[in-house]
Amino acid sequence: MAKRTVIPFGPQHPVLPEPIHLDLVIEDETVVEAIPSIGFIHRGLEKLVEKNEWPEMVYVIERVCGICSFGHGWGYCKSVEGNLGLSVPPRAEYLRTIWHELGRIHSHLLWLGLLADSFGFESLFMHSWRLRETVLDLFEETTGGRVIFSVCKVGGVRKDVTDEQLAEISGVLKGMIPELTELTNVFLEDMSVKNRLEGVGTLSADEIKELCAVGPVARASGIASDVRLDGHGAYPELGFEPCVEEAGDCMARCKVRVREIFQSIGLIAKAAEQMPGGDIDVKVKGNPEGEFVGRMEQPRGEAYYYSKGNGSKFLERIRVRTPTNANIPALVKMLQGCDLADVPVMVLTIDPCISCTER
Amino acid sequence: MGERKDLIQDIKAIEAADLLSTVMDIKSDGYRLGQACATKTEGGVDILYTFEKDETLKNFKISLEDKAPELQSISGIYWAAFIYENEMHDLFGVTFKNLALDYGGHFFKIASETPWNPAAKSGADTEKGGEA
Repeated sequence: MAKRTVIPFGPQHPVLPEPIHLDLVIEDETVVEAIPSIGFIHRGLEKLVEKNEWPEMVYVIERVCGICSFGHGWGYCKSVEGNLGLSVPPRAEYLRTIWHELGRIHSHLLWLGLLADSFGFESLFMHSWRLRETVLDLFEETTGGRVIFSVCKVGGVRKDVTDEQLAEISGVLKGMIPELTELTNVFLEDMSVKNRLEGVGTLSADEIKELCAVGPVARASGIASDVRLDGHGAYPELGFEPCVEEAGDCMARCKVRVREIFQSIGLIAKAAEQMPGGDIDVKVKGNPEGEFVGRMEQPRGEAYYYSKGNGSKFLERIRVRTPTNANIPALVKMLQGCDLADVPVMVLTIDPCISCTER
Repeated sequence: MGERKDLIQDIKAIEAADLLSTVMDIKSDGYRLGQACATKTEGGVDILYTFEKDETLKNFKISLEDKAPELQSISGIYWAAFIYENEMHDLFGVTFKNLALDYGGHFFKIASETPWNPAAKSGADTEKGGEA
């Protein structure tokens, strides 16, 4: 047996935007075991539920993540609305869907940039992030924020979007398609990118099921699982179908996210076209009493929002289970038997968000 | 509008002794472990397990009326449960027996032991509890 060496990977590493640590046990250049450690920046945001009244807690939950912040706010509101038995007006559901899909586009573009950076393709990284800025501009114009939006509230949304703004969103996104196509074709067709992604970090559908992985990681292995199929938001009226690939490798995870960018543009255009009129919120009466388990399909995958109320202004518990939490076991399995040089790329293909995980 | 599967709330209370058989049954039915979490109660903690299949959820809740709660780990059935069980151990002081990957209280790097359930903590740090 070759001599075993333990290489510490992270928490500070050029490829990691946030701190996660892996003890990589290697034989020669092959990883035989990976032991993850998180918890370096655990913030205890869920605990703030004891100090913030439930209508205000949405601001805290949005801050779980600076990338999928809208989705976290929506997930929290959905859970409390379920607890209160509230029905949200259709226009609010459509607006939430549009903002959430805008969030998916900018999150996936951010991820593409980080992926390019991980294999040293700096110009690709810069172009991905340049295009992402356009999406952030749309957020700023419609919500006033680029990172934290504060437009989602229990019972609906705080801001309406005019017909002109809806047309502009659709027009701007449509205008991005040629550049997005050019950009994503490099990820999907360039030989140097293929060499780094194809056949690397493969997980079968059975392994994904066993490891309970979620989101693009699961869909890249042929699992057609997506919370957007559960009937919430405007998705049932937009004819949503999940993007699924079969290969299960790093390239398949890239393909799923690339396809989801274009899919989100289509969903937003359709939602803007079908936008119903009417109110954007309902009056909320009473306090949550009981418990509710809600979910969202964040850009990184399924997230849980469990709320428990006691009839007072303070919830007893809010629990956020983020997609990265669920994908760490898949990462650990994926790394077993890989080349040491592939570790950074493989870590990135689960799109880890440690900020979310350290809520 | 189609069926709102997200509004279906199936939360069933079970006994701690029935946990492993319940989890084995649900796994053989094709469910995936979605999440597990703890909630502090007056006399101990509630543990909630959520399983998902075809975008429908099943939840099982166990009430542990003990200041130093203990429960069998389900990581032998769903290996991925080690993430949630280590979290519950570090934040709520729940001890999981036969945990597949046990971080021994070092999963989260936190300033005090069991900050969200100070009663579960033994030792001199008890009075500092509540801050994560």
